[in-house]
Amino acid sequence: MFSKLMLRLAAALLAVLALPATAALNVFATVPEWAALAKEIGGDRVQAFAATNALQDPHRIEAKPSLIAKARGSQLVVATGADLEIGWLPVVLREAGNAAIQPGQPGYFEAASAVRLIEVPTRLDRADGDVHPAGNPHIQTDPRNLLKVAEALAGRMARVDPAGASIYEANLARFRERWQANLARWTRAAAPLRGVPVWVQHRSFAYMADWLGLKELGALEPKPGVEPGSAHLASLLARQKETPARMILRTAYARPTASEWLGERAGIPVVVLPFTVGGNPAAGDLTALFDDTVQRLLGGLR
Amino acid sequence: MTFVRPGALCVALAAAFPAAAFAASDADLKQLRQQLHELRDAYQQRIEALERRLAETEQRAASAATAAAAAGSTATTAVQSVAKVEARAAEAQAAADSVARRPAAESAFNPSISLIIDSKFTRFQRDPGAYRIDGFIPSGGEVGPPRKGFSLGESELAFSANVDHLFRANARFALAEDDGAGVVEVEEVNVETLGLSSGLKVKAGRFLSGVGYLNQQHPHEWDFADAPLAYKAFFGYRLQNDGVQLRWVAPTDLFLELGTEVASGQKFPGAERNRNGAGLWTAFAHLGGDIGSGAAWQVGLSHVRTNPRERGFEDGADATGTALAHSFSGRSQTWIADFVYKWAPNGNSSVTNLKVQGEYFQRRETGDLNYDIGGLAEASSAARFRQSGSYLQAVYQFMPRWRVGVRGDWLDSGTANFGSLDPAGLPLLAGYNASRQSAMVDWSPSEFSRLRLQLARDKSRRDESDNQIWLQYIMSLGAHGAHKF
Repeated sequence: MFSKLMLRLAAALLAVLALPATAALNVFATVPEWAALAKEIGGDRVQAFAATNALQDPHRIEAKPSLIAKARGSQLVVATGADLEIGWLPVVLREAGNAAIQPGQPGYFEAASAVRLIEVPTRLDRADGDVHPAGNPHIQTDPRNLLKVAEALAGRMARVDPAGASIYEANLARFRERWQANLARWTRAAAPLRGVPVWVQHRSFAYMADWLGLKELGALEPKPGVEPGSAHLASLLARQKETPARMILRTAYARPTASEWLGERAGIPVVVLPFTVGGNPAAGDLTALFDDTVQRLLGGLR
Repeated sequence: MTFVRPGALCVALAAAFPAAAFAASDADLKQLRQQLHELRDAYQQRIEALERRLAETEQRAASAATAAAAAGSTATTAVQSVAKVEARAAEAQAAADSVARRPAAESAFNPSISLIIDSKFTRFQRDPGAYRIDGFIPSGGEVGPPRKGFSLGESELAFSANVDHLFRANARFALAEDDGAGVVEVEEVNVETLGLSSGLKVKAGRFLSGVGYLNQQHPHEWDFADAPLAYKAFFGYRLQNDGVQLRWVAPTDLFLELGTEVASGQKFPGAERNRNGAGLWTAFAHLGGDIGSGAAWQVGLSHVRTNPRERGFEDGADATGTALAHSFSGRSQTWIADFVYKWAPNGNSSVTNLKVQGEYFQRRETGDLNYDIGGLAEASSAARFRQSGSYLQAVYQFMPRWRVGVRGDWLDSGTANFGSLDPAGLPLLAGYNASRQSAMVDWSPSEFSRLRLQLARDKSRRDESDNQIWLQYIMSLGAHGAHKF
């Protein structure tokens, strides 16, 4: 009786539910920036799904049933790597029953493999907070990294979907050309930011600071992933008096309390950066993301 | 080249042989002076040679400067080549980094190891050693609360790794102490497939059954210090079996998972058996999805079926006070309906989030009840039971690191038909609806540590309520794998 009921239930569900997307390549991206990049390279040929949105802390995501269902129907997983998704992606991949997207397979791509990671800890100890043994995973804040990732990703997409190789190559060439022009434009516009001292909420912007020459004085978090306490903030305020920073940077998803507290007392602006595609209404795509980021940083100088 | 000055040498000699200096004759002095002159001349020559060489070097340096000036004209090219060299250096650095990062030893292939320590301090009104759930056949599992006062709970030691391209293996042991003796329990030892596609997955070995919602979670993942009463009464706190599990995820956007297990059924609600084949079957379905970006849900329906033979239990006592032993043989079927709902603003659970979950159990058992086996009152009759239970809990994180939760537990001993047996002989199974209310607050400084205070009023025992205070810590060391939803 039970098996019959189950069969009927399954049949009814299959009939009612929408069948998986009909695109040639279904991409499961862990964060919005890789979904946007896959879309740039794949165009209409890919269906890109972002597992998280810009208002979610990428360190704290759960292996939701909807993600397992999406991973089941994907041919390519695009993750950041460097342990950013360690808290949920391994479970999603294992539960999905999809051999093609397991780590080590062509269907599993890590963006961090295409760039050089910085802030690789020399000491691994959980007493140091939420450390990433492979280095800082927030590579997308430097647009130069995006170009490197795009090149590696286009190659991987061509490998997973050889029939679309020429499309991916052509789209990549267009993206590269456009991106290089953008890079020159952003770098020029952001010239006044060189050497500007800033505080950051979490070490989310190390790559961006490296790109623009921002001088990070330190993070509001006493240790990665640990919320700042009042004593720690007071010590930062004392440091601010000696070596003044011009602004405080935080992501759209971060809790505002600490940065607002310090910003108010130090009399410096708190700049909320989109961090990824969709981080604010203006940052609708990859180009807009950096347009908006540079604009907001320059706004913080005034 | 060590350069010793003649004057210094004299002083040194004089200091070394003071007596000789005073006692020396004029002839000796003359000879000494001559030797010193010779020595000075020799050094003079060497100094001159060195000066010549210095002059030559200076000349060469001058010509080098001229060459450098000439190089200045090709500065642009030089800068370009510097850029190239820098690029090369970066590449070399990257290569060096990757080499440095590459683990050198065989230990790189060691499985990931995690150790979870869980310790409690409790205060109970009633003796936990005499714990029972009235109205239900004892499930024989670790259902009672820990001992009063300080107690070292179970420490879990877990290993997991990919075996090769097809298999992944997990092992989890519980280290505990029972009456002063160390006990190692094998919680899970299983292998699961990595290489199957089409949504299929096979797991074999000892595993926590996929039925219900909480069943697959390890005690350190629980939101309360102890298991719901329903799990204790129906499964001896969880359904764990040796067998094979097959699961299939449907190719749909809405999550649908179907699964089935065949297992030995040696543990409650099954019984020890010495037969070929399987003794327990399960089937389960889970359906899940999102509501907007903030909420996620999952519902499930599961079925467990087993045919226990001579599943023993004790109830009542004879005139001398000795407990009477009985057994049940027949068919046991359990249905479980479960749901879980999680919400966080925009799906960002780091500041506030809410989790609501509940499960409903229903069990039907039909078969023969053997009363007072081997005793004076030995008797046997057909018997039927229909029992149910449920729990509902909500946990809310009101600020980072802090959560509060409440849980209600209800059991319904339902209908029991003892056939020709006298129900008065089985006092434990007389109708009783056990219940419990719990509230907890926990603080998690990081993902790896948690401290909890739990208050509960447990009415598992007829006409007795046990007010409980629990203090608990849970610490996770080493590799800590991702948790399931």
